[in-house]
Amino acid sequence: MTRHIDRQIGNLKEKIRRVGTVVEEAISKSISAVINRDVQLAQRVLASDDAIDRMEVEVEEECLKILALYQPVAADLRFVVAVLKINNDLERMGDLAKNIAKRVAQLEGAGPVDLPPEIRTMAMQAEEMVRECLAAVIDADPVLARRIREQDDVVDQARQKVRKRILAGIKEHPENVEVLLRINSITKHIERIADMATNVAEDVIYMVEGDIVRHRPEE
Amino acid sequence: MSTSPSPADPRQPPPSAGPATDRLAVVAAGGQVEPEVHERVRQTPAVLEIDRFNLWYGTKQALHSITMPIPHGKVTALIGPSGCGKSTLLRSVNRLNDLVPSVRITGEMRLNGDPIYDQRMDVIELRKRMGMVFQRPNPFPMSIYENVVYALRIDGESRRPVLDEVCERSLRGAALWDEVKDRLSESALGLSGGQQQRLCIARAIAAEPEVLLLDEPCSALDPIATGKVEELIQELRGLYSVLIVTHNMQQASRSSDYTAFMYLGRLIEYGPTTDIFTKPVLRETEAYVTGRFG
Repeated sequence: MTRHIDRQIGNLKEKIRRVGTVVEEAISKSISAVINRDVQLAQRVLASDDAIDRMEVEVEEECLKILALYQPVAADLRFVVAVLKINNDLERMGDLAKNIAKRVAQLEGAGPVDLPPEIRTMAMQAEEMVRECLAAVIDADPVLARRIREQDDVVDQARQKVRKRILAGIKEHPENVEVLLRINSITKHIERIADMATNVAEDVIYMVEGDIVRHRPEE
Repeated sequence: MSTSPSPADPRQPPPSAGPATDRLAVVAAGGQVEPEVHERVRQTPAVLEIDRFNLWYGTKQALHSITMPIPHGKVTALIGPSGCGKSTLLRSVNRLNDLVPSVRITGEMRLNGDPIYDQRMDVIELRKRMGMVFQRPNPFPMSIYENVVYALRIDGESRRPVLDEVCERSLRGAALWDEVKDRLSESALGLSGGQQQRLCIARAIAAEPEVLLLDEPCSALDPIATGKVEELIQELRGLYSVLIVTHNMQQASRSSDYTAFMYLGRLIEYGPTTDIFTKPVLRETEAYVTGRFG
């Protein structure tokens, strides 16, 4: 039986998929801009943030409309609530991409400081997590979602290594302190993006299985 | 919604449960399924125990081996599509089905340990221990006051202060006192539908029943009156053990502590209302509460 609410839920799914696509692109571009010191690419990321904000509001309004008009329960309710939270997380991921892009402009003109090699690993891993968390949302795939939770540790470890390298760098070349702190801030943003992808993955588990796994160690 | 094939429905329940209507198909074919009774229901002290209860109308079996405890001091809702046996079950609890010729039962029900279908059970006494409110308000053609104290009168109580006290307490309990306190001697038939229904609840609780049975108590009421009766049910929670049959899923989710989903005379899933409406264990329950069938 096709229900009225199915159409609304289908629309909502399509909308959140679009937000995800735009955010994923912003993250990928911002990371690429850091690695290649590409200020123009960074500018494009900054320009895309307004669109993400608008889409976020649109998705939220859609969720509120469904809650008010259809009073969904069980799987329908879990889907709408999960989308409401995922939407919020995606928007924050977009903001983090914007922050990374801002740092790229600030790095320009700074001395030729090499990026710690682990940043690349970290960034690739975080990007992968973002891609996979979106796939987990669209496919309602709790198995994939659980895998993403595990990957977060890899990013956290890489971040620790980068931090140590940056501290050592500051001691060795105190004159580079400013640029090194900026690089540190970029890695922090990348780490946060991976954290947000983990949040999204946890919301997918709730959406499909009804269990809130947040703040619980991985089984 | 887009018709392109999507990899998976984002709202599908856990994959372990099989197709959403498997159990229901088994039931429809006359097969047995083990009901899913949540642990939290089993742990709550029961006021009423329904134990392997079967009921036939002539040759047609309407209830199939229903086993469920009704928790003490809580509101328990029975939901399910028409013909699932929820009203039959409710009417079996106070033996209203005794009045239907051709009804045959097996199994047991116990009210605070007393076997309801025991030969020595006095049915009038039993019904005093259980108040019942029906779909349509049925005030007696007498004053508001006399309606409320009716049960006490037929028990021979005639002391005015006692009757006055019970009348006020019951009307307050039914959230009707403020609306009628100045016209207790007027005919109950002059009240609005919603007030009449709350009067019936007042009459039911005047006898201080052990269980209050509500058979779709709001189906003949407008949304405002429904809201008031639902508020009243909330207030009765803790004071009385309430068993309510409702067609209205939102009413079950708003007013009850526990919900039992029945289908074709069988108990399918029974658990805390929040679980039934946020994460039911069975796909069949999920399909029913989300309106995919029924």
